[in-house]
Amino acid sequence: MRLRDKVAIITGGTSGIGAATADLFAKEGARVVLTGRNEQRGRAIVDRIGGSAAMFVSTDVSRADDCRRAVTQAVDKFGRLDILFNNAGIFYAHDAIECTEEEWDEQIDVSLKGTFLMSKYALPHMIRQGSGVIVNNSSGWGLVGGDKAVAYCAAKGGVVLLTKAMAIDHGRQGIRVNCVCPGDVDTPMLPQDAKFRGLRWDDYLAGAANRPMGRVGSPEEIAKVVLFLASDDSSFMTGAAVAVDGGGTAD
Amino acid sequence: MQLRDKVAIITGGASGIGRASALLFAKEGAAVLIADLNQAAGQALEREISSSGHRAAFQACDVTQATECRRVVERALQQFGRVDILFNNAGIIRRATVLDLSEEDWDRVMHVNVKSIFLMSKAAIPVMARQGGGVIINTASGWGLSGGAKAAVYCASKGAVVLLTKAMAVDHGPQNIRVNCICPGDTDTNMLRSEAEQLGEVTHHFLADAARRPLGRVGQPAEIAQAALYLASDASGFVTGTALVVDGGGLAGSV
Repeated sequence: MRLRDKVAIITGGTSGIGAATADLFAKEGARVVLTGRNEQRGRAIVDRIGGSAAMFVSTDVSRADDCRRAVTQAVDKFGRLDILFNNAGIFYAHDAIECTEEEWDEQIDVSLKGTFLMSKYALPHMIRQGSGVIVNNSSGWGLVGGDKAVAYCAAKGGVVLLTKAMAIDHGRQGIRVNCVCPGDVDTPMLPQDAKFRGLRWDDYLAGAANRPMGRVGSPEEIAKVVLFLASDDSSFMTGAAVAVDGGGTAD
Repeated sequence: MQLRDKVAIITGGASGIGRASALLFAKEGAAVLIADLNQAAGQALEREISSSGHRAAFQACDVTQATECRRVVERALQQFGRVDILFNNAGIIRRATVLDLSEEDWDRVMHVNVKSIFLMSKAAIPVMARQGGGVIINTASGWGLSGGAKAAVYCASKGAVVLLTKAMAVDHGPQNIRVNCICPGDTDTNMLRSEAEQLGEVTHHFLADAARRPLGRVGQPAEIAQAALYLASDASGFVTGTALVVDGGGLAGSV
């Protein structure tokens, strides 16, 4: 039980990496607050974990009021806040010519501004407690560029540097801030990308698996790294970008 | 004459690094379209370059507005007939932690520093592709590679610029468009003075602190412009997707 009695907020917690992390954190003793835009999926995960250890707050992380409310409700229900996993993100496969201004804004606001807003409202509670951990979900494409992903790369590159900036600002207050940089992971985002690119799923998977480990990752494999960064096992780590990509950015 | 007959657009071109680059690019033979919010400074620079026998034009522009970005590219085409170089240099800074930063300041910095590059590139790339190639240079920062204190949104924006640079390099390499960014360290510009002001520090103390790097001083705008010239010219013909650090050794370590 590596997170016994800890309270964690997980944004984008209703599917993919967020849902897998919620399950793992709960198994490790944490009480989890899931945010997301899909109420039905959120409730289903809360039911699975059990209402005494989990709650769902319907949240659009690009909206300040929603973020403030999510933090307030988490602290009201569970009494403290130890871990914030900024995981919510969206993806459109577009180059600069194809990407509309609206799609640009949506991706930057959910993936990057959402991290800013959630952190802004979570940090005062962590500072008061004298400890806290923030884990941000960046991407391999926050370290290297990818094709047809301008806004996604911009948002994820922003997440890596926002991580470092917050690590510097809040280290002395006992708060650690790190990010994970997953490669292709078997989540709902992946088939959606295949569809965007007009590729058959099998062909897409074969292409995505062109990396040293020869396969895509599972959400559970990313969740385990998030657990490491959220737990005391990483107590001397802050400002780091941890690649979890089967070697994808190694070559 | 490293840029003979080239046409360059420079955003934030009326002051600091943008102004130094406009002067240098013009001297190297380019026609320069200066885009900036500051009309008086932009027009004065246009006159200064023109009176020395080089080609320049000023276009007032808020780079956060898509229509104004399109107008800048149209103006360059109208006035000079082509677009070879786009130097996305406009930028602002807010020195604050996420706790002290307002949502409005977050949006403003992200829009000026990052979205502007998206919008300007979106307008310019089709023109470059039609011509058979082009060069885009983005001003990132040393703080687009490593973090800094009380600079959360600036770091987020410049990290975004570094990766947007790489993403566009991947997408448009096949169209012979090279995309790189410059990561300057502290440079003697109005922005640096505004930082001292925002942090409530005396400018010369701030400058002295900023100079704790291997070369022992802050950079001059003309030195950053030299790096932009290198990336704009054929000297960097096989270079794309890179982040060029020009910081007096600041990221290498402190003395």
